[in-house]
Amino acid sequence: MLYTKTPYAQHQFIDTEGKAVGNLPSWMENSEQLLRFYRTMTLIRLFDKRVVSLQRTGQMGTYASCLGQEAIGTAIGCALQPQDVFVPYYRDQAAQYLRGVTLPQMLQYWGGDEWGNHFTGTAAGDFPNCVPIATQVTHAAGIASAFKIRGEKRAALVTCGEGATSRGDFYEPMNLAGVWQLPLVLVVNNNQWAISVPRHLQTGAATIAQKAVAAGIEGFQVDGNDVCAVYDAVQYALEKARAGKGATLVEAVTYRLCDHTTADDATRYRDHEEVSAAWLKEPVKRLQTFLHERGLWNEQKEQQLVAECQAEIEQGVKDFQALPLQPVDDLFDYLFDTTPPHLIAQRERAKQKAARLAGGNRHGH
Amino acid sequence: MGTNGIFSNNSLQQTTGEQEPATHVVTLVEAVNLALARAMQNDPAVVVLGEDVGTNGGVFRATSGLKERFGCRRVMDTPLAEALIAGVSVGMASQGLKPVAEIQFMGFIYAAVEHIVSHAARLRHRTRGRLHCPMVLRTPFGGGIHAPEHHCESTEAIFAHIPGIRVVVPSSPTRAYGLLLSAIEDPDPVIFLEPSRLYRMVKQEIRDDGVGLPLDTCFTLRPGKDVTLIAWGACVHETLQAARELEKRNISAEVIDVASLNPIDYDTLLASVEKTGRCVIVQEAPRPCSVGSEIASVMAEKGLLFLKAPVERVNGFDTPIPYFRRENIYLPDVHEIVSAAVRALEFT
Repeated sequence: MLYTKTPYAQHQFIDTEGKAVGNLPSWMENSEQLLRFYRTMTLIRLFDKRVVSLQRTGQMGTYASCLGQEAIGTAIGCALQPQDVFVPYYRDQAAQYLRGVTLPQMLQYWGGDEWGNHFTGTAAGDFPNCVPIATQVTHAAGIASAFKIRGEKRAALVTCGEGATSRGDFYEPMNLAGVWQLPLVLVVNNNQWAISVPRHLQTGAATIAQKAVAAGIEGFQVDGNDVCAVYDAVQYALEKARAGKGATLVEAVTYRLCDHTTADDATRYRDHEEVSAAWLKEPVKRLQTFLHERGLWNEQKEQQLVAECQAEIEQGVKDFQALPLQPVDDLFDYLFDTTPPHLIAQRERAKQKAARLAGGNRHGH
Repeated sequence: MGTNGIFSNNSLQQTTGEQEPATHVVTLVEAVNLALARAMQNDPAVVVLGEDVGTNGGVFRATSGLKERFGCRRVMDTPLAEALIAGVSVGMASQGLKPVAEIQFMGFIYAAVEHIVSHAARLRHRTRGRLHCPMVLRTPFGGGIHAPEHHCESTEAIFAHIPGIRVVVPSSPTRAYGLLLSAIEDPDPVIFLEPSRLYRMVKQEIRDDGVGLPLDTCFTLRPGKDVTLIAWGACVHETLQAARELEKRNISAEVIDVASLNPIDYDTLLASVEKTGRCVIVQEAPRPCSVGSEIASVMAEKGLLFLKAPVERVNGFDTPIPYFRRENIYLPDVHEIVSAAVRALEFT
């Protein structure tokens, strides 16, 4: 399945048993980096579970889980540099966390408040989650074009699912990236399912990576459950982009262990056996085994990490729940740079309505 | 830049020293060109992109000479992909550039609608001001140029309906120059609809001084006291002719060019109808859910007591605009506008 007509050809460093594959790159000797991967993936897995439980108890909106796909976002978040721009879709919790988006802010977003998109710090220039499938790839090409026009050594990195690669909004910017040699990295989270449609009904192409060929850019597959493989590939692609050597498509092959969103029930369309088999390949346990065997991890460290993560998550949930409702003014004041008179008039009406609703009489006048 | 020709010319022309603004006698499309050049000269963040806008200078020549003058980093021929043009503009705008993108004809804009509606119009709002989208999407629109199918649409209502974007329509070279400059300076996305029928119809003298016109006001082109004729784009031309016809019958018609379809300057429209008591709306578009519908409904809401007759609408039919041999059946003409005004005046 590996698409090999590319200078980059190593697609796995840690196999499903947690064993090293082939010659490992020198950066993997840096145990701090490996531990950062592991901490992030552990935190995001626990966070993800907590958000789903919040949704199940009516305290959260519809949520897109990233269960089983934590390696991709973690690798991206570690490989991106502050000057780069990250353009996510909606399963990029790990990458967003590493870019500085806080847990309360993520909860605020999924909890139905646009202020959850008001990132600060390194993420201040990143795009918010993108709901209309694949359209973010086009925006990322525009961002990369701006870097190219100004001669800046920055890269735009965009993510999408494998379903998104069927859309024109995937092909068109990838084609542009080839023609204009843009500093763009496309990372496809191939988690095998676009809601209920399996990978083999999405495209007749043997790989998603080979779609790069038609665009004249480099493309390859990596094991999306091997955080080291994803990191190495994304790092390679980002450095290439910043050096002005063009765009890359990275297909990270993984599995959506969760439902599409909390509004979905995947048991309607896929077999339990398939999911059970996929659990044997998931990324967190794999890295844990690898770290154990290198003497970098033990049960005590695991317990301590889980306790730290739980504390951070619970604090995040608490901070989120303490957030006030955004003022009604905000619905109007951020549409245009200068709010036009007709919206100012509507804003007053909305404030009166808010006051009426706050009074508890939701049906009367 | 490797083998890629698009960015191979990195030498941007340096700006020349301050000069007295030149005066030009130009058509509407030449006025667009002057405004683009002026904006690019004044602001290095302004870039132009679209199909055939570079070497070819645009199929209507609106971008003629810009690539030679400002270089291929600022005037970019894109692949043939309208969704791409709009979406790439969103990305560029988010990074501090001011992209002015051309969609070759309005009939091809629909692939770009998702980026306009879901992203350009909402980026500032959904990030609570963290990112914004100062882009202009220009496109020729409307019939009357003997063009192929799908080249004559007048679907401005689609965009006038969308919160978060401006929709601006010039109806003369002077307004094309001034409104386009303001559209480019505006910090929010603007759909700039250029009536292709007017592209070369008349010439006006323009002082190329870089001064814009306000984006959210109507322009009263002719004062009158008996009936208000409201139009925008190419129909302004027939509407002015109709006013001259009415004058021969001793009917004094006020003609207002709406110019900005989102938001609309209702103060000017209502003040005129308060004065005349009669309102005729002229548009090339089909009637249902059109800009004319919206103006008529505001007249009902806020101008009811001013009206001495029902609001009249002169528009195309609720069919696709016909291919050019029957196009004149569809486009509003002077006779229809005069008849509507007379009906309004004779209403008892």
